[in-house]
Amino acid sequence: MGALLEVENVSCFYGDFQALFDVSIEVGEGETVAIIGANGAGKSTLLASVAGLLRAASGQVRFDGALVGQMPAYRRVAAGIALVPEGRRIFPSLTVEENLRIGGHRRRRGPWGLREIYELFPALDVLSGRWGGTLSGGEQQMCAIGRALMGNPRLILLDELSLGLAPKVIKAIYATIGVISQQGTTVVLVEQDIGQALAAADRAYCLLEGHVSLHGPTAELTREHVVAAYFGVR
Amino acid sequence: MLGGLYALFATGLSLVFGVMRLVNLAHGDLIVLASFLSLVIVDNVGWNPFTTLVLVIPLMAALGFALQYLLLNYTLDSGLAPILATFGLSVIIQNALLEQFSADQQRLHVGSIETDSIRITSEISIGWFSLIMFLVAVLLLVGLQLLIRRTRLGRSLRATSDDQRTAQLVGIDNRTLYAVAMAISLVTAAIAGVFLGVYTNFDASSGPARLIFGFEAVIIGGLGSLWGTLAGGIVLGVSQAIGAEISIGWGDLAGNLVFLAILLVRPRGLFPGPEPE
Repeated sequence: MGALLEVENVSCFYGDFQALFDVSIEVGEGETVAIIGANGAGKSTLLASVAGLLRAASGQVRFDGALVGQMPAYRRVAAGIALVPEGRRIFPSLTVEENLRIGGHRRRRGPWGLREIYELFPALDVLSGRWGGTLSGGEQQMCAIGRALMGNPRLILLDELSLGLAPKVIKAIYATIGVISQQGTTVVLVEQDIGQALAAADRAYCLLEGHVSLHGPTAELTREHVVAAYFGVR
Repeated sequence: MLGGLYALFATGLSLVFGVMRLVNLAHGDLIVLASFLSLVIVDNVGWNPFTTLVLVIPLMAALGFALQYLLLNYTLDSGLAPILATFGLSVIIQNALLEQFSADQQRLHVGSIETDSIRITSEISIGWFSLIMFLVAVLLLVGLQLLIRRTRLGRSLRATSDDQRTAQLVGIDNRTLYAVAMAISLVTAAIAGVFLGVYTNFDASSGPARLIFGFEAVIIGGLGSLWGTLAGGIVLGVSQAIGAEISIGWGDLAGNLVFLAILLVRPRGLFPGPEPE
């Protein structure tokens, strides 16, 4: 047996600064897993090392049993790992539709196509000819999720979905995670906003200063445990 | 009419700058290299210079791809290194050309079309060659514009230009893409090189002057807009022509003065692209 994603004892550095210390996580096929933690806990670094934007200094990343630690990011996309980056990162000089189409640059077979994305986010259908740089935060977030889905990933990594968005918009976007998961896609979501993330996920990991401070099924995590692991109070 | 050609130099420069933030100081020398390539084929095979484009274009494209893939890609992540590498390349090309072809002035000949002209009034006439050169440049710019706006490759180029980290996240292999961009850039250099070789004399050290005109056209037109680049090229070409009309030595000077004047009045160029964030 093997999980879809296995991160084993990964350590990452930015120059001299160590952002992750021997972090291990496992995500099974079809699961939705939340990674929570305060600002600077290493959540985005962890996603970057899984997506291939950052090489781990030590430790291993396995995807579907194969070592992917040395693979450049663009090849991991072809293997089925998609990252929706923090800050959305929509291409401003591409239209909404081009942003989506470019997400299918290395398309795998699967349920998601332009039409399905427009069904999931009807707002994008209306905006399809607009330049990416002119979208509101919520529209950008939908577009970024759509762009990642266009590649038909097996694993989608969502970084700080709720950052800077209105509560109503956050709720609408979180509602789509269920739909994505139903299509068989494995979801890893990184959040500072604990409530939303724990409600959407089956299991959760909490990072604190580059270490895993707590993990378990979301149903079994009590609020006290989470608060302690999140802020480091004992 | 020379403006079209300047726009062509400029387009090659700005494509490479836009996609990989690389200032290619060897661009002028690569244009001259293309002129010499054409000359070698003319001398040895006896083709018309225009026919040599059949060989010069693919050779320059292959050179661009190889140059980027095997050399410049390794310099891109380290600050000043890429611009120094292209400067070194510029010196190498100039000296290799000097070694091979001496410092003599050369010219490509295409026969009577060089001097034939269409008479519009008794005062004004347009040379056939100038007209062809201008039309080719405009067609090429239109073609490039379509390539960038409409095709999958163009979409990847724009995305990488916007944000190369995120471009990798959608599966774009940026290093190969850079090499393709450099190949396209040198296709424009090949065409510019052959036309310029017919239009005027060239020698091993005329590259840097070509480079300056290219930069001036980009800046007059405003960074990031292809039509601005064409306008910039035309403004530069016309200023030089008017300057040369007053006194033969004033051509380049007039071009440079107009460039400085525009830089003073409109520092971002005549038709700037979108405001950077």
